[in-house]
Amino acid sequence: MKSEARLQLKTAILIFLVIVFGSLGNIFLSKGMKQVGAFASWRPSDVMPFLGRALESGLVWIGILLLILFFVAYTLVLSWADYSFVQPASSIGYGVVAVLGYFLLGEAVTSTRWIGVAIICMGVFLVSRTPPRTTEQI
Amino acid sequence: MRDAVLLFVIVCGGTGGEIAVARAMKQIGEVHDFSPGNIFRVAFRAVQRPWMWLGVGLMGLAFFALLAILSWENVSFVVPVTALSYVAGAFGGKILLGERVSPVRWLGVGFVCVGVMLVCLG
Repeated sequence: MKSEARLQLKTAILIFLVIVFGSLGNIFLSKGMKQVGAFASWRPSDVMPFLGRALESGLVWIGILLLILFFVAYTLVLSWADYSFVQPASSIGYGVVAVLGYFLLGEAVTSTRWIGVAIICMGVFLVSRTPPRTTEQI
Repeated sequence: MRDAVLLFVIVCGGTGGEIAVARAMKQIGEVHDFSPGNIFRVAFRAVQRPWMWLGVGLMGLAFFALLAILSWENVSFVVPVTALSYVAGAFGGKILLGERVSPVRWLGVGFVCVGVMLVCLG
């Protein structure tokens, strides 16, 4: 495989993992925190029990683990790809979160939000038409 | 005023943090081997880079600023404003990392920015 095609494939796989881990991580955190309940106040006597309840939730821990995997994948792809490529390309996760929120969490998604998701996808498509790397190692 | 300062910290801290992480990873160089052992070695090299610590610190600062402003502002106001980080990211990549941001990439960044705002307003 030509090195440029290999670079594009490797970048696509890692960005796919960034999107999957980041989106699922946020979904699990959201589901877990909804079970924990709303934040009462900023008083230390309220904050510590709140954090304790959050860390007793298995769903929150799954979310944290997924977000750690997200950070590892994001950091690895930044070892070769441009930041100005990776940041907008991974924002397709906004759309994935909206779709997963709709189907898995039963959230109401308005038509304005779906239009926004479609515009993000067009932006990601445009960014993905540019080469992922324009600089060498620094 | 308090809002403006915190929003500035969220956008610039978050984007600046990611740019610093990007810089640390560019210093390490392209990762070719994705075996768990090698990823552990890459992580070990990464935490020896001052840029990585600066990045994680800035991202942590942005996270706490976000928590703070969300204690009195609506999330439907805060999150659309943070879409500005896409513009800051393209400028930062160009100026701080020397990336060549082509007109097509700028246009894509603009679309993403508008789309993120609509998602958050929706």
